[in-house]
Amino acid sequence: MISVGIDVGSISAKAAMMKDGELIGSKVMLTGYNARNAGERIFLDLLAGLDVQRDAVGRIVATGYGRNSVEVADKAVTEITCHAAGAHFQDPAVRCVIDIGGQDSKVIAMDTTGRVTDFAMNDKCAAGTGRFLEVMARALEVDLDAFGEMSLQADQPAAISSLCTVFAESEVISLIARGERRENIIAGIHESIGSRVIAMANRVGITEPVMMTGGVAKNIGVVRALEKKSGKSIRVSANAQVNGAIGAALIAAGIA
Amino acid sequence: MNGSEKPPIDPEKEKRKIKSVKRMKDIMTHYYIDAKTADQTGKKVAWVTSGGPVEPLIAMDVIPVYPENHGAMIGAAKMGVDLCEKAEEMGYAGDLCSYARADIACATVNGGPIGGLPRPDMLVCCNNICGTVLKWYEVQARYFKVPLFILDTPFNHTEYTPEAHAYVRSQLDEYIVFLETHCKKTFDHDRLAEVGRLSMAGQRLWQQVLDTTVHRPAPMSAFDAFFHLALIVTLRGTRTVVDYYTELLDEMKTRVATGIAAVPGERYRLLWDNLPVWYRTRWLSDKFAAHSACLVADTYTSSWCGTLKYLDEKDFLGSMAQGYSRVYINIGTDQMADMVVDMVDKYSADGLVIHSNRSCKPYSLGQYDIQRIVQEKRGIPSLIIEADMTDSRSFSESQIDTRIDAFMEVLK
Ligand code: SF4
Repeated sequence: MISVGIDVGSISAKAAMMKDGELIGSKVMLTGYNARNAGERIFLDLLAGLDVQRDAVGRIVATGYGRNSVEVADKAVTEITCHAAGAHFQDPAVRCVIDIGGQDSKVIAMDTTGRVTDFAMNDKCAAGTGRFLEVMARALEVDLDAFGEMSLQADQPAAISSLCTVFAESEVISLIARGERRENIIAGIHESIGSRVIAMANRVGITEPVMMTGGVAKNIGVVRALEKKSGKSIRVSANAQVNGAIGAALIAAGIA
Repeated sequence: MNGSEKPPIDPEKEKRKIKSVKRMKDIMTHYYIDAKTADQTGKKVAWVTSGGPVEPLIAMDVIPVYPENHGAMIGAAKMGVDLCEKAEEMGYAGDLCSYARADIACATVNGGPIGGLPRPDMLVCCNNICGTVLKWYEVQARYFKVPLFILDTPFNHTEYTPEAHAYVRSQLDEYIVFLETHCKKTFDHDRLAEVGRLSMAGQRLWQQVLDTTVHRPAPMSAFDAFFHLALIVTLRGTRTVVDYYTELLDEMKTRVATGIAAVPGERYRLLWDNLPVWYRTRWLSDKFAAHSACLVADTYTSSWCGTLKYLDEKDFLGSMAQGYSRVYINIGTDQMADMVVDMVDKYSADGLVIHSNRSCKPYSLGQYDIQRIVQEKRGIPSLIIEADMTDSRSFSESQIDTRIDAFMEVLK
């Protein structure tokens, strides 16, 4: 049976297709201005890319902040449950998921069956999210994709103490003005995200193994900072960005 | 045919409506009319904090008016943001409690849903709820050029000490002198004893009303309690409260007997912590109901009957010291957590919904610890909602929507 999961996030929309318990394909695109039809568009894209007919698809589950406006979906499930399901599928040992997406970050505690036992989400603030990194990349005139590698070249991460994105940005600008190395500033930015997310994670408790999901997991610097702050090693999901969509497809198939 | 045709009446929904609501609205309307026409009837008006000692005012025939109740009305009328912004223009920080901001701004423009509160003749402030009220009432005392009485109730970190008692008790005598001075008449202690009896009777009845939700399905929800609360806050110590809650209790008992549920098909029972989100009570109530979840109890509305055990009909004035000092948010986090655990047991709650309220620091501080303690002792899941009771700029619908959905997925 073929099932599809559609994850409409604030910045990007993701879709994944599962067949008989196997991932057969996925797709990522920008959500854009019209979040309402983003779900529909990515679904059609996914079908076309994999050359699958619409009626070959069994059930569809939508997730992400736009979950309730995906008309093709049979059901909406929150990204909390979907990320847990996706992580459990990829690595059944995982007991904690740290997901950093575009507009929020969350920490999910789960039991050995992949069921969510507790979760925490960041408050209404961009700090500790993908958006925070985007703002910083612009201030530093560095391509966001280079952030991870560059931060590993730091000799002394700069201290960035502001919790607010706007204040942190001015801190970064004054560090640039003072001639601080970019690598150190970027490492400092990652550490500030690390402290914030781990403080939140400690509220639900971090049980190993920990898996990181979401687009920001591609940034090795953030992963290292999270490890440093928590003192735990973190596995990165092989399909970090589409993990939520995979979970949704699994739920659609009745596997999770 | 004209365009104003009413939608068809859903008999099921009609049946679930609480009939006493109308009477309650009438009482509140009369109360505010009395208060707003006090200058014509020669009565004095005192503004008093929500946890303040109101009974001596009633005994002196002073009309008590509550800026916090007014703040709740402003919030429910979705007028909080405008007034808060006005206060910010006046120079008050956005971090200040939104009740304080709304009230301070409202006093200067007579805004809000009822065109502002009547001008006070005196102010009575008790800091058993927070420290914010001290500065807030000082501001208003300067603005209206009226006398201010402050009842200082030390925080009960672990226990209520004899020193604290003696300190608060002596201030109650000063309070009487303050009232005699500004009302220009002698205080009638017999009258206070009678008001005290009525106050305690009202509190007892309110507790009984709240306790009807022990029943499954609950005949009312915390959202209903948020509404019916206004009387025990504003008219505590009067016969009106006793009569009204007697009637409300009867209605609740009938609902229990006939199986009328606040949330049809109630499956999950939740406990709410902190003030309501006034401008979103409807949305939240529908949201939880859509998950067959009923908020069966809360730590907020029970605060107005939570210290009954310390009150004494035979020495009401003396016992007020303890009654007013040991309210829910004037005690240590451990004691608060114990009370939450007791409520979880009493109302058979399956989960805890915690409103982390940007305005109310004393209420919101310690919530993570309470969450942890309840988790350890009872193993039930909890949800934190970040918002503000009046200032809707601190409310993010999509984030809260996701959190509630995810929380309910955990519970199911
Ligand atoms: S800070 Fe809290 S207790 Fe104090 S006035 Fe505001 S809402 Fe009430």
